[in-house]
Amino acid sequence: MSGYSVTEPSKRQKWIAGLLVITYALVTLMPLLWVIATGFKSPEDSIAYPPKVVFQPSLEGYVNLFTTQTRITPDMEATLTPPKTWYEQIVRDKGMVIAGASRYGQRFLNSVIIGFGSTFFSVFLGTLAAYAFSRFKVPIKDDLLFFILSTRMMPPVAVAIPIFLMYRQLGLSDTHLGMILLYTAVNLSLSVWLLKGFIDEIPLEYEEAALIDGYTRFQAFYKVVLPQAATGIASTAIFCLIFAWNEYAFAVLLTSGTAQTAPPFIPTIIGVGGQDWPAVAAGATIFLLPVMIFTIMLRKHLLRGITFGAVRK
Amino acid sequence: MAQIIIRNLRKDFGDFTAVKSSSFTIEEGEFFMLLGPSGCGKTTTLRMIAGLELPTSGEIYIDGEDVSQKPASNRDIAFVFQMFALYPHLNVRQNISYPLKSQGMPKRQIKAKVAEVAKLLGIEEILHKPVSGLSGGDRQRIALGRAIVREPKAFMMDEPLGALDAEFRERMAEDLRALHDRMGATTVYVTHDQLEAMQMGDKIVVMNHGSVEQFGVPQDIYDWPATIFVADFIGSPSMNFLHFNGSVNAGDSAVALEGQVFEIPTQLQSCEGEIVFGIRPEYVSFDQNSLYRGDIIAAEYLGTTQIVTLQSRNGTLKSRIPSAEPASVGENVGLAFNPRAITLFDKKTGAALLSEGNKGVLDNG
Amino acid sequence: MAEVTLNNICKSFGSQVALADVSMTVPDGSFVVLLGPTGAGKTTTLRLVSGLDKPDSGTILIDGVDAVAQSPAQRNVAMVFQQYSLYPHLSVRENLAFPLKSPILRTSAEEIVRKVGEVAETLQISHKLDNKATELSGGEMQRVSIGRALVRNPRIYLMDEPLSSLDAKLRSDLRIELKRIQASLGATILYVTHDQIEAMTMATQVGVLDHGKLVQFGTPREIYEDPVSIYAASRLGSPKINILPADFFPGAPGGAVSIGLRPEHIRLGEGQEVQTVRVEHLGDQTRLHLKINDLNLITLTESHTQIQPGERLKIAPQFPLYFGSNGERIKS
Repeated sequence: MSGYSVTEPSKRQKWIAGLLVITYALVTLMPLLWVIATGFKSPEDSIAYPPKVVFQPSLEGYVNLFTTQTRITPDMEATLTPPKTWYEQIVRDKGMVIAGASRYGQRFLNSVIIGFGSTFFSVFLGTLAAYAFSRFKVPIKDDLLFFILSTRMMPPVAVAIPIFLMYRQLGLSDTHLGMILLYTAVNLSLSVWLLKGFIDEIPLEYEEAALIDGYTRFQAFYKVVLPQAATGIASTAIFCLIFAWNEYAFAVLLTSGTAQTAPPFIPTIIGVGGQDWPAVAAGATIFLLPVMIFTIMLRKHLLRGITFGAVRK
Repeated sequence: MAQIIIRNLRKDFGDFTAVKSSSFTIEEGEFFMLLGPSGCGKTTTLRMIAGLELPTSGEIYIDGEDVSQKPASNRDIAFVFQMFALYPHLNVRQNISYPLKSQGMPKRQIKAKVAEVAKLLGIEEILHKPVSGLSGGDRQRIALGRAIVREPKAFMMDEPLGALDAEFRERMAEDLRALHDRMGATTVYVTHDQLEAMQMGDKIVVMNHGSVEQFGVPQDIYDWPATIFVADFIGSPSMNFLHFNGSVNAGDSAVALEGQVFEIPTQLQSCEGEIVFGIRPEYVSFDQNSLYRGDIIAAEYLGTTQIVTLQSRNGTLKSRIPSAEPASVGENVGLAFNPRAITLFDKKTGAALLSEGNKGVLDNG
Repeated sequence: MAEVTLNNICKSFGSQVALADVSMTVPDGSFVVLLGPTGAGKTTTLRLVSGLDKPDSGTILIDGVDAVAQSPAQRNVAMVFQQYSLYPHLSVRENLAFPLKSPILRTSAEEIVRKVGEVAETLQISHKLDNKATELSGGEMQRVSIGRALVRNPRIYLMDEPLSSLDAKLRSDLRIELKRIQASLGATILYVTHDQIEAMTMATQVGVLDHGKLVQFGTPREIYEDPVSIYAASRLGSPKINILPADFFPGAPGGAVSIGLRPEHIRLGEGQEVQTVRVEHLGDQTRLHLKINDLNLITLTESHTQIQPGERLKIAPQFPLYFGSNGERIKS
């Protein structure tokens, strides 16, 4: 009750504020909406100029994304059976036939394994390290913390070549494990710093109470600190996942086949049938979904996480 | 310095009414306390006087001028938020002169003003020091100095001592009051601590649920509370309440509790049904001849006095007696009440029944 | 319940001496209150007994057994903290059950239900058992954290200013409640506070701490009436004892440098002339602020006094205490 606001804003002021927020949201959402819309356009519509706002929706992009196709040759025509499914129909209408599944699904799965795997390790190791830094007398603590942070001070790509050489020696190139380790290493500094902040905010008294109540140090950590750090852990996990999910440079450099993630793969779709923008857009749209769902699920925590420190109780 | 008149002040926040209808007058130079539990509307009232909130209806007169719909900047009032909220990067002089600089006052004039205030507060020696290293008492003086230097019409203080520990708070309260006595500035002070209000205030308004329960000088409010709420809120321990069913008629000067007749101030008002018999602990004494008895359930030593908690047929009650007097837990003792200090309340409305004792106080409140 | 003995305990934090050679015994079934301002070493003493900190030297005997090497869990002590004591992610019931579920106690489910129910009943929080800990009022929270200590059957209860964050009314209710619970359980309590009222009203013995030293240990009455020093005399009594130069009133014994005079031990009407500066009507009594030359003193008088500011009064001592140059008591 000690703010300095004179009176609550009037109806009109609220309206103006609302309009501004909506306008801003529309501007920032524009590219996203554009990508989603392009995914549902036909290839012709997608490159039409002026751009079409109203168009005939088509799933061609999605079908192209998930399949490889070949042109129907005259001698094939005789042996063709009528299309059995709607997607076969779409392909057939173009004078093509489905040859098999594309590699998108597999690349997407790689993204999931590497993204969530590295997020898990970053948060798991980060929580333990942050707890230790927060609660124990670690020798040269400040230097260590600074050192950890310093790994973030250069662009990760700066060390790309050494890592590339190192990974080739160790046989980690183009492996899931290699990518998980790499993203974990990059994210760990962020996660240690963020989580240390959150754990610092949890009063020591809770653990001391648990110690006196007859619990061991680890039990106190597990039963008292962890549940209270849930918010911090959730928002840290989101930041880590977003980084690992969207990472491009390392992925291009270190993966090409088995462990290739979606970001380096999506641009290659364009080559398949000339200028297949709808397929690229469809790939991007689907690629967006997991992070969006994850973020929405943890939104409540995230909001508190972002504003943490701003409001002290 | 100014007189402040509050008339039928009301404040709604959406569906919630923070202040229902407040009316009271703050005389020029008074140290005026707004007292009540959290959520009672005292801070909202203070903020309306300062102009930080605009009232939904009602008037606020400062020196005869209706300022209720004017912004804070036009009211010439100083608001002391927290005694310790100083600008840490400025020294004492800069902190005090800050409000004048922002008003665009010429340098020479500022210097003279600051010197005058520093003399009043006794902080001339530390003007050049950074505020960070100073003691709590000095910081409080500087915070005040920053408010005083503008020569506002009145000071508003919102629980300025709330964050301090008990011992330090007592000293600060004394300091603050002594300073007020030197300056004579009209001061409105919000607190939830009844002792602080009694100790420092010239007058007190007791608020509850957005309404003024009672308004007057501390001793009157203590002796003759207008409602059960006030009787309970003021005093530590608070007033004892003995509940009984019965009737009182105008002109009665005695009342029967469990068959035991007690003398009371002559009543001017009748009441029937659930009645509450109120008596302060220091007016309850032990009397072996009394037939009204209680069992001692606790005795708390306080130095020269002790507080004895008893179980009677009409509920628990406390008695403040000299610690030399024997009182051991489990003992059954007879009780006597000082007849001049009794207030009866109508339990339904919570209001005190008018009597020869309290009519002087309640008539003008 | 058990007797706890501290022998020659020293504890420093870096260059800061927290406790210097403290020895005392908390008898079985007693309610010992450690009194002193912030930094006197009260909380440190509590933490050493609990096992959260270890002494630099000295021994701590719980029930005659040296506990210094034991972990907090092994010592079987219960502690009530000043704040942050309830686990915010748990319900009231889970909070109360928490100590019972510890690997040391491993209480059976029925036993937990019974004990939690019992304690909730005693503390009148049964109707709040399923609330989240964060949904309670300050008073209820503190009741629950006291309850969390009560569900166990520890050898000693340690309490670190458990009432300080509550408002005056609740404090006075809980004071009586705590005292009653202690008496009915025959519990041993070591209680830390800087509130002299709590010390006076609840303690069987008070330990007065000053900069890490135990300066006096005795019943509240002993410390109030027979303090060993100005410091100890200033701990109990509100308003604080007045300290005046020894020659202010005649009759000071040799070696006395100052007179300690409790506000309630000043007789009005004869003796030294002083001026009334301020009259505070507190309701049950009136506080008079008096002044003579540069000396300020406070006395108490009856509530409806007619004395006005500016009036000149005469005062005489009733039970003066004399102190020497180091603040030590000089008995006449």
